[in-house]
Formats: sequence, structure tokens, C-alpha cells
Amino acid sequence: MKKVKFSKPEILKDNDTHYCPGCGHGILHVLVARAIDELNLREKVIGIAPVGCAVIAYDYWDFDCCEAAHGRALAVATGIKRSRPKQVVFTYQGDGDLASIGIAETLHTANRGENLTCIFVNNACYGMTGGQMAPTTVVGQRTATTPWGRNPQYGEGWPLKVSEMLAPLKGVCSVVRTTVSTPALVRQTYEYIKKGFINQIEQKGFSLVEVLSPCPTIWRKTPQESMNWIESHMKEEFPLGVIK
Amino acid sequence: MICVLSAVLKSMKKSKISKNPGKKILITGNEAMGEAAARAGCQFYAGYPITPQNELTAYMASRMHQLQRPFVQAESELAAINMVFGAAAAGVRAMTSSSSPGISLKQEGISYMAGAQLPAVLINVMRGGPGLGNIGSSQSDYFQSTRGGGHGDYFTPTLAPWSPQEAYMLVGLAFDLADYYRNPILVLADAIIGQMVEPVDFSLKMKFAKKLPPKSWALTGAKKRAPNIAKSFFLREGDLALHNEVLRKKWEKIIRNEQRFDTHKSNDAKYLIIAYGSQARIAREAVDYLRKDNIKAGLFRPISLWPYPKEGLEKYAKGVKEILVVEQSLGQMVEDVRLALPTAKISFLGKAGGAIPATKEIVQFIKKL
Repeated sequence: MKKVKFSKPEILKDNDTHYCPGCGHGILHVLVARAIDELNLREKVIGIAPVGCAVIAYDYWDFDCCEAAHGRALAVATGIKRSRPKQVVFTYQGDGDLASIGIAETLHTANRGENLTCIFVNNACYGMTGGQMAPTTVVGQRTATTPWGRNPQYGEGWPLKVSEMLAPLKGVCSVVRTTVSTPALVRQTYEYIKKGFINQIEQKGFSLVEVLSPCPTIWRKTPQESMNWIESHMKEEFPLGVIK
Repeated sequence: MICVLSAVLKSMKKSKISKNPGKKILITGNEAMGEAAARAGCQFYAGYPITPQNELTAYMASRMHQLQRPFVQAESELAAINMVFGAAAAGVRAMTSSSSPGISLKQEGISYMAGAQLPAVLINVMRGGPGLGNIGSSQSDYFQSTRGGGHGDYFTPTLAPWSPQEAYMLVGLAFDLADYYRNPILVLADAIIGQMVEPVDFSLKMKFAKKLPPKSWALTGAKKRAPNIAKSFFLREGDLALHNEVLRKKWEKIIRNEQRFDTHKSNDAKYLIIAYGSQARIAREAVDYLRKDNIKAGLFRPISLWPYPKEGLEKYAKGVKEILVVEQSLGQMVEDVRLALPTAKISFLGKAGGAIPATKEIVQFIKKL
């Protein structure tokens, strides 16, 4: 029988995780680190950590990282990439960051066709601040600021589909939506993230990898229930696949 | 703008400017500041349109393109300052410019840069406020400029030019100060300085004597070294307090070393007029008129607004009978004068909203004292 060797990516530090049990960030940090290992980018990559739970992503990643103000990660990334075009620059952002306060930066960075990789972690809420409504909160979803469930009739709007918004822009080379709810989809997500970096190395322009990610603490669900909720509630609103 | 640029480029091609000190080019303050940045090795510029600094952004668009360096017209002032944050974190010399309402928006990024100890040059060509105000000359952003401006305990050293020539030289100096202290440096011009056309000698420089440290902290890709992190977030208990102490030492060092000022006929003055930027030019004229009438007036002109040139002011205020502070504001710098000279007799003459205290008004004010 063929032996399978399990190992953690070399550039993933041994620090204890600060994330909640069942959080998607843990899986995604490993996937990003594995892709950087695989492509041998450790000495070339510069990551932008977001505002939110993943602000200290650099406590787990052993490469150059930069913080950015809430929503400004892609502006910061633009400044870094234009100044150091040979480095591989990526942002790692949540939905409040990328789709709400930073929507102008997101739209215009994509429209300029900046040669960047953007990993968009969509958990349909503001996690770190206690679970408020995000632009991506699904209709009917209860949050700290939509206690009766998000209701467009109350002027709370509909889920914002950033991937579908960005896909038609000429500067955007690739848009995919994926999730980490099953082992097969985790493997698929890894391939998409790796492709996002390869696009940048090949100077193809802006790549967006949207990942539907569980937030069990805020969703008030067990890790398994959270994965099930992605399948039952999020996928319908945010269909998976290659959008561009 | 285009013809000025072509004149600059033409003279550069013949490389006459640096070899011919004294050769001057007629140029606006805004364009002079852009040329200063280009010559100081500014490798990244991001800006957003706002009057009265548009000539500067347009100049950078042409000049950076010619030098094959990145120029980005950002989607907002917020984006522009955060692009500069990124470029500064990547270790290159970076600049942005704007005018009052735009600088308010940039405060977010300025605070983050001060926190992350990133160097950059910022230019504010002040206009009238509050709110949308107008596009007239104003000095109403003094408080914002000299008291940090954004959230948290920090300062942006602030330099105020009184001519396109000095604006040119101060922008060059600002890049050195930024790199030496690892902090954003603000060049605070007003609409008159930005818009006025005067001859500028590009061979003149303000020398910064200290050796600039290597940017070993910059994000360059962690090649054969531990990762560098550009951050202003210190969550663990006690870490931020320690970081703030590091910053406190920096502010104290800047206060000790970077006070700058100029004087005009102040050695024997009985009436000392204090003004900066374009208002100092008007005050100088008033001093000359008063001297003709045998009234011993003098001008004290702060060039660094933070740190305030307190030591110089104390020296020149000795033996002075009365002090008059003149500003294009309702009274902002006058508070620093009161702090520096708690027992002096200080009067204030100021107007805001694009109104400018005239030479005649200053002369009459002094005569009535």
C-alpha cells in the first residue's frame, strides 16, 4: 500500500493558533502557505494582513507582511507592487474589509488591472467585532445588527456579489469562488489559490479567489453545522465555480 | 504646466541646471515641489485631484512617466495615502499631495504610517475651510498639521515654505527627514505659495547633515533573512505602551534637533511680527514700511511649525515691547506663541476663508499698539 506522508508547509510557523475551533482561517492559512512553498516564493512574496481576526496572520506565516487599514489592503498592495514589481504581492481580506469599507479600493484596483492576487474570505459577517451584518450576509441571517434576520424590506439590502461585480472588468484576469466545506473543496481551493499566484507571476493582471468560510462562533453553530450551513445557505446565494 | 515641464526637461537634457548655479526657471510653487520630489529620488507618487494643488499632480504625472517611475491617480485620497503607505513599507521614497479637505481624508493613512514608522512626504496646499470651504489661500490647517491630525499620540514634522524656491528646497529636505526619523513629514504650503509663479534655482539645496540609516526594515521579500513586518497593531498587553515610549523618544529628538526659523530686521526690534508661509511675505513688507517710519519692527518667521521654533522665538522676543501674530486663520499658531512666551504681550490679527490680512492693516495695527 502506498504510504501518504502528511506534513505542514515549511513556512507555517509553530505558534499556537488564536482562531476559534472550526474557523476557516486555519485551513486557508495552511493553503496559502502550501502554495507559497510549492511555488518556492518564500523569498519573493509580500502579504497584506487585513483588519479583523486575521490581522496577525503574520504570526503564522514566515515571510514579509504588511498591515493595512480597514478596507485599504488593495491600495497598500498597489503601492508595494508598483514599487517592487518583481515581488509577488497578495492581500488576504474579509468581506467587511473588501466588500464594505474597501469596496472602492477593490473595484478600482481590479479595474486598473493591478497585477495582484486577492484572497477574499467571505464568512457573511463581521467576525472580530462580534458578528455584525456584512454586505455578504444572506437574507434572513441573524447577526448582532440584524437581530431578526437580514431583511431587504427594512432597507438592509441584499447580499453583495463581489466576484460577479468584478468579473466583467477588463483588468481582471481570473475570478473564482470556492469553499472549504469538504476535503475535496479544500483541495480545489488550494489549486485556485496556487493559480492566483501563478497568474501574477505570469503578469496576467488581477486575480480574485473568493472563499466561503465558516465562522462557527458568530454563527452560533458547531464546526460541522457551520460547514453544513455553507452547503445549505451560502452556496445558493454565492454559487461556486470559475466565474472568469 | 506643459511648457514649464518642457523647459525643465530641456534644461535637464543639457544638464545646465546643476552646473550653472544661479540659473533660474519661472515655475509655480506646486510644480517646484513636484520637481523637488523628482530630484530627491521620489520613486512613487499617488494623488487625487483637488484645487489648488492640481498642477502638482499633473506635473508628477508627466515627470514620473518621463523618469519611468510609478505615478498613480488614485480613486480617492484614502487610496492615495494608503498606496503611499505600501510604497513606503516597500522601502522606496514616496509622496502624496492634496489640499485641506483631501488632507483630512488622508489622516487615516498618516496615523497608520506614524504608528508603523514609515517615511513619506506629504504636501498640503491649504485652502479655506471648514467643510468644502473655498479654494482661496488659507492657513486654517495649522492645528491639524501640528497636533498629529489623526488618531493616536503622534506628530508629523511640518515645514512651511514662503516661496516656490523655499518650497522646492523644503520638499528635498523633507525626504531626508522622513528617512532619518522614519516618519511622515508634512510640507504645509498655502494656495498662494502653490499657485504663484517665481524664478526657482534648482541647484539650491538644504543640506541634511546626518547620515541616513539603511532601510533594513523594508518589505523586499525575505531573502535569506527573518521576515519584516510593517505594523501599527500591538495587541498584547504592554506592547503598545512600549511602542509609544519608542515614539516619544523620537518626538523628543525631533523637538531638540529640527526647529527652523528665519528673521528679518529682528535684532533690535521693539515690535515683533510673527507669521509664516505667504502671510510672512506680507508681514515682511509691513516691517519695511514701519522701519521707514522709524518704528522698530521685525519679522520672526517659523519654518518648522512642528516642532515650533520655541528656542529661536525666546531669543528674538527678548527686549521686544509687543508681539503681533498674523495668520490667514482665526488664530491657531498664536497659541504656540502664547505657549512659548507665557509672559509676553501678544496681539493677534487674522482672517480666514480666503481673506488675507494686508500690509496696510498690519502697519496700522502696529501703529495703534
